[in-house]
Amino acid sequence: MSFQTVTRMLLGGFAENGFIFIMTLLMALPLGLVITFGTMSSIRPVKWLTRTFVWIIRGTPLMLQLFVVMYVPGLLFDIQMPDHMLGVQVNPRMYSALIAFVINYAAYISEIYRGGIESIPKGQYEAGQVLGMTKGQIFFKVVLMQVVKRIIPPLGNEIITLVKDTSLARVIAVQEILWIAEEFSARGVIWPLFYTGVYFLVFCGVLTLLFGYIEKKLNYYRG
Amino acid sequence: MAILEVRDLKKSFGDTQVLKGVGFAMEKGEVLAIIGSSGSGKTTLLRCLNFLETPDCGIITVNGETLFDSDNRSPHSEGEIRKKRLHFGLVFQSFNLFPQYTVLKNVSLAVELLARERSDYKQNKSEILREIDSSAREIIGRVGLSEKMDAYPFQLSGGQQQRVAIARALALKPEILCFDEPTSALDPELTGEVLKVIRSLKSSDRTMIVVTHEMEFARNVADKVIFMADGQVEEEGTAEEVFERPRSQRTKAFFTNYKKS
Ligand SMILES: Nc1ncnc2c1ncn2[C@@H]1O[C@H](COP(=O)(O)OP(=O)(O)OP(=O)(O)O)[C@@H](O)[C@H]1O
Ligand SMILES: [Mg+2]
Repeated sequence: MSFQTVTRMLLGGFAENGFIFIMTLLMALPLGLVITFGTMSSIRPVKWLTRTFVWIIRGTPLMLQLFVVMYVPGLLFDIQMPDHMLGVQVNPRMYSALIAFVINYAAYISEIYRGGIESIPKGQYEAGQVLGMTKGQIFFKVVLMQVVKRIIPPLGNEIITLVKDTSLARVIAVQEILWIAEEFSARGVIWPLFYTGVYFLVFCGVLTLLFGYIEKKLNYYRG
Repeated sequence: MAILEVRDLKKSFGDTQVLKGVGFAMEKGEVLAIIGSSGSGKTTLLRCLNFLETPDCGIITVNGETLFDSDNRSPHSEGEIRKKRLHFGLVFQSFNLFPQYTVLKNVSLAVELLARERSDYKQNKSEILREIDSSAREIIGRVGLSEKMDAYPFQLSGGQQQRVAIARALALKPEILCFDEPTSALDPELTGEVLKVIRSLKSSDRTMIVVTHEMEFARNVADKVIFMADGQVEEEGTAEEVFERPRSQRTKAFFTNYKKS
């Protein structure tokens, strides 16, 4: 097995990880905000329901959630996941994986948002109020930038965790990079398994640099 | 006619009544100093005037217009409350500047946002913004910070930050400008510069309410002094009356304690 072939085949697997990563981010970042508004809602039942939801999602393993999304719709409701996405042929299991990842990460991210919003001192809102700003203006012109600055470090952390978590999709037979590598080792070639680490390291390295850059950009002010 | 009239203002938080029927009146151009021991309700009074708290009871009238009347509590929309707030300005003890904006932007932001509601905003946008910019610069100059126009709040001393906060409140041209202990978060050597700015704002068309523990300042600058105790106006009069010839025992005791400390 040549180095080039392995590299190419692992890259094919890693494309699946990248796909899960991008799609999860695109959906979980906005969905997280919706959940945040739920957990901070003044309507009691809404707040109670969303907080319970977040507790369940954060309190159970992502691997278990993958199994649930994989089996429960079919067993209980006889629902089959479709086999194409955005007009492209895909493994139906990819759907299950994405649903589990998006829900899981939206729950975590919603808590990061909530922490950020709640960390803004009341005085900032009140300053906006006495200056005659509307609620919307206070949120968008006063609070939002400060929240963004505060959540960038924990968000970066979460996003780097997501890169590595994508390999969990193999437990429901999504053929991501570790799945491919295990196929090699089943045939007696063990080194590709360790080689996968390089892919993750490079990807996470790039993300670390990116977040470092954003943090630096936002460092023009303090507080 | 009085520019501000407050009658029988009451406010409770849960079981504790913090304002127990506060009333006073002010003429245009007057400076009112409110003194009183900690917990007597001074901050709560200013917060009620600025609609950060809703009084349980009472009437607030500005220039003959009733802004708040507990007996006639039509449901207030957010927009209405915003308009009423603009009669007042408030300078906080802890500045509350917007950290992500420069001094200039801190001062001009609210004015710019308000200008968007003008009917001619779309047509004359660039001219309006230019006017706002130059008047913001002028006001910043008046508090002595022309050099710091593009600085961020974290780059300023406490005294400078408070002067920006004063400029920010001035920019909206409120009829009545309130200060809640504007110097008590500052190091002693910085209080002077802020008090000097406040003193310089005294003019025939600017009405100010200053809650303060700076007795010297209250005595020299205020036209009128109110001593609050326990949620009520305990004593009221000219600076000279209150400081030189206090009538109430509690006022006397307060001054005695004050001198000791
Ligand atoms: N939001 C609130 N909830 C409950 N109690 C409050 C609230 N705000 C103020 N109080 C109470 O009301 C009383 C008066 O507070 P206030 O801040 O008006 O006093 P103050 O005269 O400004 O005092 P200080 O000189 O210390 O600033 C205090 O006993 C305070 O604990
Ligand atoms: Mg106070």
